[in-house]
Amino acid sequence: MMRNNEMQTTFLSVAENEAFARVVIAAFAMQLSPTVCEIADIKTAVSEAVTNAIVHGYEGTRGMVTLRASIHDHALLSIEISDQGKGIANIQQAMEPFFTTRPEQERSGMGFAVMQTFMDELSVESAPGKGTLIRMKKRIRSRDMLENATHIL
Amino acid sequence: MLRSIRDGDKLLVGLDGELDHFCAQSIRRELDSQLADPTIRQLILDFSGLTFMDSSGIGVILGRYRILRERGGGVSVIHMNDHIARIFHMSGMGKVIRQLDRKQEAVR
Ligand SMILES: Nc1ncnc2c1ncn2[C@@H]1O[C@H](COP(=O)(O)OP(=O)(O)O)[C@@H](O)[C@H]1O
Ligand SMILES: [Mg+2]
Repeated sequence: MMRNNEMQTTFLSVAENEAFARVVIAAFAMQLSPTVCEIADIKTAVSEAVTNAIVHGYEGTRGMVTLRASIHDHALLSIEISDQGKGIANIQQAMEPFFTTRPEQERSGMGFAVMQTFMDELSVESAPGKGTLIRMKKRIRSRDMLENATHIL
Repeated sequence: MLRSIRDGDKLLVGLDGELDHFCAQSIRRELDSQLADPTIRQLILDFSGLTFMDSSGIGVILGRYRILRERGGGVSVIHMNDHIARIFHMSGMGKVIRQLDRKQEAVR
């Protein structure tokens, strides 16, 4: 696998940065010429992970969230979102649809389900007191390639 | 400020921009101040101006549904784009939140 490009940005765990993270990942992914639908998938998945770091990881206190992304073989987008917050004791339970530890804040418990549906791969590394690292991958079926293919066919 | 139209026991509210955890805080506050009027029994959310929604939006919609269900009413949505519809159906919301196709249906 060849690494074509890589980026990293670190920001404070304030809710305003949920939109910031979406704009950053969308801008980085643009070089893969994704479809509108693929961009929406990526923005939504990143929004979920960053919101979780802010809401659950730091529980409204101030800490830093890191968003990293890389592109391999001009087609594969890898994304990592990490925090040094509270961590997750039972990862399997946390990933179950509708499971939330914050029902009083009207959390739906669907964040991990959304990440899983909209990305090709999802993995969670976490331990209580150690923070959380979310890794996601998505293969982008480049718009240019699709256009070329229909042209040839 | 959210755009809204009142018709009898129905309230039609247009949501604009993005519905994430950050925006949810003010949208929830504004919706609830309008829903403080106990004669409102049906809330219709117009999503035509909504460009982004993540799972925080599910919490907002279901939270308002709970308020209106207490009054024997409910929540419907109109003009959902395909991407938002995927999140909507994934959460099983389609079972309790009516999805209307046209504005005419909503105000009827
Ligand atoms: N970064 C994180 N740090 C600590 N706990 C987390 C983190 N991300 C997720 N969790 C835990 O996993 C649960 C499920 O997350 P999610 O599926 O996004 O649902 P929701 O955010 O609606 O609660 C959360 O309620 C929380 O307990
Ligand atoms: Mg979440």
